[in-house]
Amino acid sequence: MNSSNEVKSSVKQNRALEVWKQYRRNKGAMIGLVILIILILIAVFADVIWDYETDITAMQVGDRLLKPCLEHPFGTDNYGRDMLARIGYGTRYSLSIGFVSVLMGVIIGVPLGALSGYIGGRFDTILMRLVDTFTIIPSLLMTIILVSVLGTNLLNLMIALSISTIPVITRITRASVMVTRNSDYIESARAIGAPVHTILLKHVLPNCFSPILVQATLRVGTSIISAAGLSYIGLGVPLPTPEWGALLSASKSFIINAQHMCLFPGLAIMITVMVINLVGDGLRGALDPKLKR
Amino acid sequence: MLKYVIKRILMIIPVVLAVSFIVFFIMDFVPSDPAVTALGDGATEEQLEYYRETHGLNDPLVVRYVRYMGGILHGDMGTSYANNQQVWDLFFAKFPNTLRLAVASVVVTVVLSIPLGVIAAVKENTWVDTVCSTLSFIGLAMPNFWLGLLLIMLFAVNLGLLPSTGADGFASLILPAITCGTGNMAALTRITRSSMLDVLKQDYLRTARAKGQSESKIITHHAFKNAQIPVVTQIGIQMSTLIGGAVLTERVFAWPGVGAFLVDSIQKSDFEVVTGFVIMLAIFVSIVLLIVDVLYAFMDPRIKAQYARS
Amino acid sequence: MKLNGKNGKSDTNLEQIREKTDLAVSVENLVVHYETSSETVEAVNSISFSLKKKRTLGLVGETGAGKTTAMLALMNMVPNPPGRIIEGEIRVNGLDMRKLTPAQLQHVRGSEIAMIFQDPMTSLNPVLTIGEQIGESILLHRNISKAEALKETQKLLERVGIDPERYGEYPHQFSGGMRQRVGIAIALACNPSVLIADEPTSALDVTIQAQILQMMRKLKEENDTSMILITHDLGVVAEMCDDVAVMYAGHIVEYGTLEEVFNKTKHPYTEGLFNSLPNINNRVEKLQPIQGLMPDPANLPKGCAFAERCPYASEACRENPPETHSFSDTHLAACTAYQDPDFRIGRNK
Repeated sequence: MNSSNEVKSSVKQNRALEVWKQYRRNKGAMIGLVILIILILIAVFADVIWDYETDITAMQVGDRLLKPCLEHPFGTDNYGRDMLARIGYGTRYSLSIGFVSVLMGVIIGVPLGALSGYIGGRFDTILMRLVDTFTIIPSLLMTIILVSVLGTNLLNLMIALSISTIPVITRITRASVMVTRNSDYIESARAIGAPVHTILLKHVLPNCFSPILVQATLRVGTSIISAAGLSYIGLGVPLPTPEWGALLSASKSFIINAQHMCLFPGLAIMITVMVINLVGDGLRGALDPKLKR
Repeated sequence: MLKYVIKRILMIIPVVLAVSFIVFFIMDFVPSDPAVTALGDGATEEQLEYYRETHGLNDPLVVRYVRYMGGILHGDMGTSYANNQQVWDLFFAKFPNTLRLAVASVVVTVVLSIPLGVIAAVKENTWVDTVCSTLSFIGLAMPNFWLGLLLIMLFAVNLGLLPSTGADGFASLILPAITCGTGNMAALTRITRSSMLDVLKQDYLRTARAKGQSESKIITHHAFKNAQIPVVTQIGIQMSTLIGGAVLTERVFAWPGVGAFLVDSIQKSDFEVVTGFVIMLAIFVSIVLLIVDVLYAFMDPRIKAQYARS
Repeated sequence: MKLNGKNGKSDTNLEQIREKTDLAVSVENLVVHYETSSETVEAVNSISFSLKKKRTLGLVGETGAGKTTAMLALMNMVPNPPGRIIEGEIRVNGLDMRKLTPAQLQHVRGSEIAMIFQDPMTSLNPVLTIGEQIGESILLHRNISKAEALKETQKLLERVGIDPERYGEYPHQFSGGMRQRVGIAIALACNPSVLIADEPTSALDVTIQAQILQMMRKLKEENDTSMILITHDLGVVAEMCDDVAVMYAGHIVEYGTLEEVFNKTKHPYTEGLFNSLPNINNRVEKLQPIQGLMPDPANLPKGCAFAERCPYASEACRENPPETHSFSDTHLAACTAYQDPDFRIGRNK
């Protein structure tokens, strides 16, 4: 018993090592990973690097709308606040919104998709009709409706975004469960009388891990963009919180005389989403060599 | 074929029912009060209660839903709480603008993405391919509304070439269409590329080559015809998102479309407008998806045969 | 004359560079590799053969021996990347296929040399009608109107045994055998003088196989076509071919007339092929498959590639590439064992 567990864990280690080796070959994905780690570190230690009261929200009327300079590399906003500090602090919001909303979507979407794909029948039909219905309504619109129903704050924004992530995750889980379900080793697990939850948790889901992980990673980027969009139209995180979409929203009025206010928050969103997508793409290549390119 | 289309049109009905119920259900949770929207903050409690009672707002959800759907069957989509106009009229006042922007954006996307995707596939793993995939990585990561702001900065503010807002004439369509169009480019280029890569491996291209067909004709005539289906699917998806979801671009450019108006109505909790608009959008999205499915039949005789059987 | 009569639409000046020869095909020292970042697959290793006009050459060997690659090279159609013709001279009707421009190649393909492919399920374009696919070939190489091309297409369909009225149907509406007839019609559309048939019947039912082969032979005779037939079926070779080349791991190991290769077999591999056939006269005897597997073409041994599986192999076979011995003007075998003048393989004892 013990030794078989050891074998199992060493097999798992080898697999992880193999994936890592594949992943390392992809230069873009490695660059993405390094930048993503830096961004995560900034997000985690934002309150150590900057003091929220003095650096982020305190107004310095004398320094209004300064162009990028040595002291303020990204310039200052209409209240004289340093844009670099505000954007840096904003990493916290965008990343947490992206990851948490997708995590919530995965927690709900994976079991739904797995059951739907494994059980099939009427449950599957009804659930898929529901998913289809949700996809008929453009997801941004759905998120907007949900946020306005729930009220605008950080948590509600995450919930609304996770609700539009659920159909995506449900679909991909269902599809890969259906492929795995019919394979011989599942048949044999069923033949020896393993209960449904054991089969699902031990045999089916581990084999659907890769597509779900890849899709979820890519989804983080989409959610960050949607969140910024919602903040831009005033339905996301309200000012003075330095969320990137909110920063862009504030920049609208200064598009003629302070274009740096618009430029840098957008760049921050773009680079963050891009590195997440690079990591997702690298994972896709590493986890499933067949899918590569 | 006709039978298939009729069947698909009938299938839109349950979808619309489901969509309308979901919206009805969700909007029921809106914390603000439609009566306040209609009468303004100055209204007294009696006035508000009278409004609620006469407009049936105090009835249970199911009663209101059935009444609402009954109204729709008689061609009555209700009136806006905010300005007392017919929802139907409001929708069709805005919809042409939305459709115009959607079509223009799709044209921009298609004209740019398909050649790029095809070239990237044909020149797989060369510098051309690398440039294409780098561009699409950037494109996928770029928030659309930010691109809109940048375009306004460059073409309207700095160069003064094009109008930044409004919807008068062709000039004002250019920037919004480029914003939406290039925003969708990355996805369509990727799909075109991967679909072409699949087809380029097929044996029948070797047959065409052995006939003495030229490489360019092999790509346009033999390969692309087979690669169209995922491409058209993606165009359909983009079209349907543009119909209801170009909210941000419409906001950035003050484009008087359905999406922006809908968001305003949501914020004003103009219940009738939101429900009616979402239902109409669901119908149009369903129609777009139906058109895509019908197009499949013209692109692939095997699918046509399948439709004929079903 | 036939070759000059069918002028293409483009002025490709082929006659100026055409060498006079009475060989339909000649190949000298052809080497083709597939090169990827991780490995080089040596698919074809210095093969030479020729095909006289109006004759049929059988190219025999197991899957992966390089037969198809060699034939694609003949039309200068090796997929690149990863494939690359490393060296060798390839002449079709006296034209040096490696020196032609793309336009000249397009002119030659289909009109002078054509190919029937192995799997009729995948070698036809699913979204074009069979009429379009056959007519395409005609329109490319002949200066005729679409209406005339349609008439020609229908005539071709009739010749390959398909109802000419079905020209507007799509490949999925035909059975495998019928599709292969379409493939043959495409290849024959412009009466090519050289026809390559790449296992044209191996994807088909046995009964259909016979029909198709019979039809191919008839059409070949009607048109004075020279043909190279790729197959791993020795029965088909016996029925269809005048000459035989046996390929193994990218080499031609034995080459001669049908009579020589079948009745005076020299190479141990050829012998192995015969031994693994069921013998109708001797049903009690067990089949003797060749032991082992063909070596990985990405990692060929330095000596004879067959040595590992060869019952006669000596140390010399494993150390040095095989020597080619000639047994008549037409009969060659690449086997070191014939250094010993008394060496005989089992089949000839």
